[in-house]
Order: sequence, then C-alpha cells, then structure tokens
Amino acid sequence: MSGVRVLVGTRKGAFILTADGTRKNWDISGPHFGGWEMYHLKGSPANPNRLYASQGTGWHGQLMQRSDDGGRTWEPVGNKFEYASVPGTHEWYDGTPHPWEFKRVWHLEPSLSDPDTVYAGVEDAAMFKTVDAGQTWQELKGLREHGSGSRWAPGAGGLCLHTIVIDPTNADRMFIAISAAGAFRTGDGGATWTPINQGLRSSHIPDPTADVGHCVHRIAMHRSRPNTLFMQKHWDVMRTDDGGDSWREVSGNLPTDFGFPIDVHAHEPETIYVVPIKSDSEHYPPEGKLRVYRSRTGGNEWEALTDGLPQRDCYVNVLRDAMAVDTLDSCGVYFGTTGGQVYASPDGGDHWSAIARDLPAVLSVEAQTLATP
Amino acid sequence: MTIRVELPAHLRTLARVGSEVSVDVAGSVTQRSVLDALEAAYPVLRGTIRDHGTLKRRPFLRFFACEQDLSHEPPDAPLPEPVMRGTEPFLVIGALAGG
Repeated sequence: MSGVRVLVGTRKGAFILTADGTRKNWDISGPHFGGWEMYHLKGSPANPNRLYASQGTGWHGQLMQRSDDGGRTWEPVGNKFEYASVPGTHEWYDGTPHPWEFKRVWHLEPSLSDPDTVYAGVEDAAMFKTVDAGQTWQELKGLREHGSGSRWAPGAGGLCLHTIVIDPTNADRMFIAISAAGAFRTGDGGATWTPINQGLRSSHIPDPTADVGHCVHRIAMHRSRPNTLFMQKHWDVMRTDDGGDSWREVSGNLPTDFGFPIDVHAHEPETIYVVPIKSDSEHYPPEGKLRVYRSRTGGNEWEALTDGLPQRDCYVNVLRDAMAVDTLDSCGVYFGTTGGQVYASPDGGDHWSAIARDLPAVLSVEAQTLATP
Repeated sequence: MTIRVELPAHLRTLARVGSEVSVDVAGSVTQRSVLDALEAAYPVLRGTIRDHGTLKRRPFLRFFACEQDLSHEPPDAPLPEPVMRGTEPFLVIGALAGG
C-alpha cells in the first residue's frame, strides 16, 4: 500500500501530514520545533526516512535538524555556515554596497542518490553542501564569487538563494535561483556558474534585460526533461527548452502573472501549476478567490482550478517553496498558505480539500511518495 | 567552580534541559568562560547565543546577573561574586517581542 508524507514548514514549527494512497484521511503530527521558524524540510530521494530541516529564529540564528525515521525523532546537526572566502559586498536596496552576511537557510536539496549529501541555499545568497549528513557544511564559493555578485540585490524577502534543481541525468548539472539576481547553471557540481537570464525582462531594474538582477521566484523541472525549466518570475511565467540559454514568456491568459510557486505534474511534463497573486504590492489572490491555474500545454493556455478552494474573501498568499506534487499514479498536488491552510488535490488539481486548516503561516510544503504510509 | 546558567525557553527545548543548568568552569569566571563551558556541555547551543565566528553576543540576546545588565561588559570581565559562588545564576535572556 503506497502513501504520502507531506512536510510542512511554518513560522512557528514543522508539521508532518501522512495519508495512505487514497489521500482521503490525513494524520497530522507536530508541531515539531514549536515556536521556531521552519523555512524548509525535505526528504532524501535515496532514503525517504532521512529528512533534513532548516530551523531558526531571529534570537538564536540558524539550526539544522536531521531525522532518520521519517520525522518521528530528530537530531541537531551542524549549523556552522561560514563563507569560504572574504564575502565582499552586494548591492543594497538603495544601490550602495552592503556587506554579505549569513542570515538563514531557505532551501535544502538532498542529492538524488546519496542521503548524506545535501545542498543548502542561504541568505545572503550562497550555496553550501554537506557530504556527511549535515554535520559540516562547505560553501560552493564559485557562485558567490561569480563576477556579478556585487550587482546582486535583495528582494523584499532578502538576498536569498531559494531554489535548487538537480538534473536527474547529471548530478553535476544544477540550476539555482536567487532573489534578486536571477537564475544560474553549473555543469561541474557547483565549481563554476553561468547566469541564465536571457529572455527575462524586469522593469524594476535599470536595464530590464540585464544578465543579472532579475527577481526569479521559483524554477521547476520535470525529471524526464532536464532542458525544460519553468519559471515564476516576480512578474511573468517563463519557460526554457535549452537549459536556460533562452527564456520565453508563457503567461498567456493568466489573470495576473505575478506569483511565487510553480510546479510540474509528476507524469505530464507539459502540465504545470501556478497560483496567481494580485500584484507585488498586494500579496493575495485577485478578487479574493484562491485559484490554482493549470496549463496542460506547457504554458500560454491556462485554466482555473477552483473546486474545493475558497472563492470569496480569501486574502492569503502562497510562498515560493509552498507547493509540491507526489508521484502516485494520479498525481497529487499540494500547497500551503500564509493563512495556515494546506490544500491537497489527489487528482492533478481537479478537486481540492484542506488537509490542514489552522496551522501557523506556511513557508514550505514538500511531498514524499512512500511505499507504505 | 560550578556556575548556574538560566536559559530562555527556545534553548531549553533545543538542549533538552530545564530552565537552569550547571556548568563547571575552571579558572576565571567570565562571560567567555561560562559560555565556553556551556557550549562544551551542550554543543547544540553553539551559534545560538554567540555567533560562530566572532563569538559576539547575538543581537537579540542579553546577559543579566544579580539585577545587572552585563550585556555590554567585556567578555573577559569577572562575573559578580554571587554568580561565582553559585548563589545567583547567570541569565541568558531573549529580547521581548510582541505582536
């Protein structure tokens, strides 16, 4: 009997939701690390019971936790994130140079094949790696030392590396995204990086088509097509079919192309999901209607998915790391809101229900497909 | 000497201890030596009270003892006598946050 485990990070703790393959009845455990900000939890694809979690508060800084039993028990692991060289400066909000300072881990991306290897995307933007299950972390400094680093500037949420996508066919090839620097690609395991922002257009920067400076909110890939990436930018939904060498807009008929998350159906590489948000100054759904939009054509043509979602007086946001899919035959789609709801659809988005309704503000959602629940 | 240290709630849960712990300090009893001993006894607290690299007090924490705010005292200054004798604890305090 298959099952699903949904890992939910919130402003005040982590929650783990489990169900069997029908995904009708959900058990909720938590809060784990009650009172702490849990930016992201993610399981190892190579060992689903190995979980990693980013824990922190403004008082006590960054901590990291690891579980070897699917989240029943946790052990603190290494929390020392030190830049590997003199950090230098990036651009501040007012355009002046600002020293690079470590603040928190936004995103954890375990290796697809080794449970002990994990990449971490941090604020101020940099990428770290552990090969000893989180005990020690080393910066892949080639990214921060990319010549454009002094021109990276924080978005409203900070200068954060929030997305890491590993090519399933080549573990040394990865894509990352930084707000607000843009997307980058490595082909050598993170030693060197290339900005991949050609085709992006951002009116909030002096040169709207600059090589860096774009506020990319999220990137997603289907595992069968490592050269096709989908992007939710600050404004605009984009796609590339050449590994990021060129992007084109596929916002099409969306009611607004501002938003944070984007994800791809587990079995249909051209089926993608976004959650349109009214604007960068009004972070809630247009018209007070929470709608996931699905495109079955890889963009441009979108349909609103509303069944089971609130269609009046809804003013929550869905953050960039708060959407995920499972890999069951009928693909499940999940997302969490800043209002503390976690919604699930067991049928690719056709029907939705709240599987948790009153959690703290949701920061991240990940779905694990398990052999047994 | 055995020094009593009182921790804020988040650090108690993290270190899986009660509100107060005792640590043995050899030599001078200072902020630095007490926090060194605390982190040696509870490695999970490294980085949560002082920054890893600089060992500076984290911005939203304060150090109190004997009704004094010692937060801005030099880290190698001796702590008050009652802390050394173990009659008063060294307090690690989280700044208040409302809302």
